[in-house]
Amino acid sequence: MIATAPPLALQAPQLMTTPPLLTMTGVSRRYGDVVALRDVSATVYPGEVLGIVGESGSGKSTLLRMMNLEDMPDAGDYRLALPDLPGNLFDLDRFARRMLCATRIGIVYQNPHLGLLMKHTSSGNVAERLLIAGERSFAALRGRAREALDASEFPLDRMDARPLELSGGMQQRVQLAKAIALEPVLLLLDEPTTGLDVSVQALVLDTLKRLQRDRAMTIVIVSHDLGVIRTMADRVMVMRRGRVVEQGLADQIFQDPQHDYTQQLVHAKL
Amino acid sequence: MTIATLTKPWEAMSYGFLDASAKRELRRKMLKAIAVPGCQMPYASREVPMARGWGTGGLQVTLTLLRPSSVVKVIDQGADDSVNAASIRSFLSKVSGARETWDTLEATIIQSRHRIPEERLRADQVLVLQVPNPEPLRPVEPNMSVARQMHADADYGRLWLILYEQIVRSGRVMQGAAYPSLVNGRHVMTPSPIPRWDVPKLHMAQHLTFLSAGREKRLYAVPPFTRVEPLVFSDVPFQVEDHAALTCHRSGLTGYFMNEIPQGGGGSQFELSDSNLGIKAIRQAEGAEARVGSTWYENGKMPQ
Ligand SMILES: Nc1ncnc2c1ncn2[C@@H]1O[C@H](COP(=O)(O)OP(=O)(O)OP(=O)(O)O)[C@@H](O)[C@H]1O
Ligand SMILES: [Mg+2]
Repeated sequence: MIATAPPLALQAPQLMTTPPLLTMTGVSRRYGDVVALRDVSATVYPGEVLGIVGESGSGKSTLLRMMNLEDMPDAGDYRLALPDLPGNLFDLDRFARRMLCATRIGIVYQNPHLGLLMKHTSSGNVAERLLIAGERSFAALRGRAREALDASEFPLDRMDARPLELSGGMQQRVQLAKAIALEPVLLLLDEPTTGLDVSVQALVLDTLKRLQRDRAMTIVIVSHDLGVIRTMADRVMVMRRGRVVEQGLADQIFQDPQHDYTQQLVHAKL
Repeated sequence: MTIATLTKPWEAMSYGFLDASAKRELRRKMLKAIAVPGCQMPYASREVPMARGWGTGGLQVTLTLLRPSSVVKVIDQGADDSVNAASIRSFLSKVSGARETWDTLEATIIQSRHRIPEERLRADQVLVLQVPNPEPLRPVEPNMSVARQMHADADYGRLWLILYEQIVRSGRVMQGAAYPSLVNGRHVMTPSPIPRWDVPKLHMAQHLTFLSAGREKRLYAVPPFTRVEPLVFSDVPFQVEDHAALTCHRSGLTGYFMNEIPQGGGGSQFELSDSNLGIKAIRQAEGAEARVGSTWYENGKMPQ
């Protein structure tokens, strides 16, 4: 049905009647001479999975860092549909920003060293999130860390091992547990399975899909692997040189790519 | 015009050993430290006739506070008569004219390493603690400028994480001395290497406490009537050392912090760590005149 409808380039699915959860408008960011993002706008609806694809250096990770309020743009507006924080989130002060990204947004990095304290225990890594959010009961910390690790299908008998001693797939599961521990409104995944071998990659993707289904989570996933995007995403945004060159429903993008670059991408994959 | 008219007449040393500008700088930092309880203030840390690491931070604060009418007590691990305590005390008295004392009740300034006296301090007394390592975040963040940002953000999750992992590993909090404590609901400080036993004495105390690290060049303060709350989980209560039931074999006192003295047969005896309290108790028992003030702990318990 949807695949045969006329292309709705740059449009959100019309079936969506709820207002978007995430709205980003006109975000630009340059690092010296490099323009990492050029006037990027994005919308994500509640419960939806937005996939971002693009070649290396196209600004995918930078965009995700902006969504996680880790880095500030030169210009742009960013809103999440949170009743207590109605304005442009880029205008928040340092403290509010840190609280927001610790409690309402979860992120999984491609490089576990960015997301985990390698020398602390795995359960402790998850507990730290809860501690920042103000949890002060040891029993509750322990219980909620265990729950989150379990939901990420992490082997619980290793929950007090240090991530340093774990396999890559397990490290990603710890990151995931940490990201979902506070039931964030938005989950950001930056190449969560890149670097894992194919069978482990499939298992981690399974976990992600199950979590998404069970909790109706809103996810933005970045990958240069079209296979990953195809299995996960409802809608796809294609980036090149800091710009969004095409976006639309996943089926549409994969079956009927409009932009030259997207056509090359899809055909190279098939 | 001669050089002599432009310079001051020769003096053996300036009052209180430190020169006036050093004391002025310290006083400013001390006032700042009082204004933001628990927040570490960097200071210049001058040379004093003592090696760094032996209490030079405490010494500089004390020198700045002293005046001829002061009465000064110096303790090292609770004792007034250890070499270090005795020589610091006589130095302080020599450069300021302040009177020396061993008696906590009589002192107006108490400089201490490792202990807070067992007798309650009053509003007219100042406690100066010598601190070797003022940064509570050091074990979790080796980069000091990042640590400073974490203080600014009140980002103390990783300190809690250490306590969490101690309980996971050992079933209880293993942190002994220098227990991280939240001051005035805002800054976490390390209360020098005092035992956990002494931490509750700082909470809503009547007296002013300065903590100063000479090597690290930082000082911080707990003003009177300021909250000092050790970091604890709501379901794992803060516990002081298990000394409440021990009896001092010399003074016969029970319910205070004790030093353990191993005996030949493999057993051990205990002796009051606050040695002046023990001396006064023995004097009283012998019928001599000695006044023992009210103590923070009563029957080994700290009243809430
Ligand atoms: N902190 C930074 N300082 C300087 N340049 C940066 C910084 N972050 C990103 N860039 C530059 O911005 C551009 C976009 O980088 P980004 O990491 O967002 O790309 P990407 O799409 O995630 O690439 P990849 O697929 O390789 O991860 C690159 O040219 C990069 O060098
Ligand atoms: Mg990237």
